[in-house]
Amino acid sequence: MGKGRRLSLESIVIALFIVIGAAFTVLTLSASWLLSPKAPSPEKITMYECGVEPVGGPWVRFRAGYYVYALLYVIFDIEVVFLYPWAVTFGRPGIGWFVFIEMIIFIAILAGGLAYAWKEGALRWR
Amino acid sequence: MSPVLIATLRVLAAVGLMLLNGVVLIYMLRKVLGHLHVRLGPTELGPAGMFQTLADVVKLLTKEDPTPGMVDRVLYFLAPLIVFVPSLAAYAALPFSSSIIAADLDAGLLFTFAILSLVTLGIFAAGWASYNKWSLLGAMRSIAQQVTYEVPLLLAALPPVMIAGSMNLADIVRAQQGSVWFIVPCFPAFLFFLVAGLIEANQTPFDMSEAESELVAGFATEYASMKFGLLFLSEFSNTFVFSALMVTLFFGGWTLPFVPDALLSGVGGAVVFMIKTYLVIAVLMWVRGTLPRVRIDQLLSLGWKVLLPATLVWIVITGLAVKLGPALIGGVS
Repeated sequence: MGKGRRLSLESIVIALFIVIGAAFTVLTLSASWLLSPKAPSPEKITMYECGVEPVGGPWVRFRAGYYVYALLYVIFDIEVVFLYPWAVTFGRPGIGWFVFIEMIIFIAILAGGLAYAWKEGALRWR
Repeated sequence: MSPVLIATLRVLAAVGLMLLNGVVLIYMLRKVLGHLHVRLGPTELGPAGMFQTLADVVKLLTKEDPTPGMVDRVLYFLAPLIVFVPSLAAYAALPFSSSIIAADLDAGLLFTFAILSLVTLGIFAAGWASYNKWSLLGAMRSIAQQVTYEVPLLLAALPPVMIAGSMNLADIVRAQQGSVWFIVPCFPAFLFFLVAGLIEANQTPFDMSEAESELVAGFATEYASMKFGLLFLSEFSNTFVFSALMVTLFFGGWTLPFVPDALLSGVGGAVVFMIKTYLVIAVLMWVRGTLPRVRIDQLLSLGWKVLLPATLVWIVITGLAVKLGPALIGGVS
């Protein structure tokens, strides 16, 4: 019972953080909209480019030089998610060396993957 | 009191703290940077220019806010909300003292990191929706920063979790109460956390998504008025949250050595926590006023070729130490 109550209060707090945060945003932006002067002109709504006439638009095919990094990022982010529960439990009394060594092997495989990607030139800006 | 009322009061307190942090931090940044540049910073409004930020809030609220003609309207208006809400929710799990926590989550550390990583989505939405070349460049850079910092930051926060045996932020502080602050056994992890956190908090030398001197205002170029205000309030607030996490993980949270816990369990602890956090922020501002910005490819190299391997090695070393004996790392059982 005690645990259940505690959990439910926390879920309410998190949910309210999101609801009140959104409400605060809407409220602030509405207040600013009500208070601000409105004098539209065609110049004000053009794209800002330091004062010169804009040439071409920004929604083009934009080359992300870090594309391969982003792929590796997905892999390593998931690795981290696996590491966290392990970090909490592996030191507890009664949990032997097996759990520790298993995770070392897991880290070693991923480190090997990183070393391979590095050697193949994936960690290079292009 | 009903749980909903308690929860509402806690969230409103967090909103108040966030606004207060914004006002104080902007003033502090101007003063600290000013003195680092051998000038005075704001001086005109109030004693030592103290009311300057308040005047700026009024200015932001009453400024004209023209919507550029070509923007993606839905995303453009949604982006400040996507940035602001996670920044606020990141206060949920911070342990200001053993009794002042909005939500005492068992996975508090993971929750804070997870919710903070949503901010980047909002920043990218803002940059893409703005239909502006500066904004797009800033948005692409902010994704590059996310790709760089997140894995090393999470890995650098792992050694304290391993020693404390918990992801609950209050429990991590309590684990330091009985022994030493985790900066002593985890000093390298602290350094990695500091560097990765500077990237996370968009702080110079890693502020390339904003980069006033090259990209106008980066992802926020087309934002004016309070929409801009909210984007920057979130940014200052993220700096605070990162510093608070650092205090929690490495500097003993609300505790002080040789001071009995009874004195620090309530408001006293929260005062200690805030002072420590502001000291960390002062150091971040000092870094900001001292170092030049790095290039984006240098950032990626730093993250993947230095921080990531180093944090992995340090995790293995910490793991061995935790396994081999509590005596090795300051008597934590």
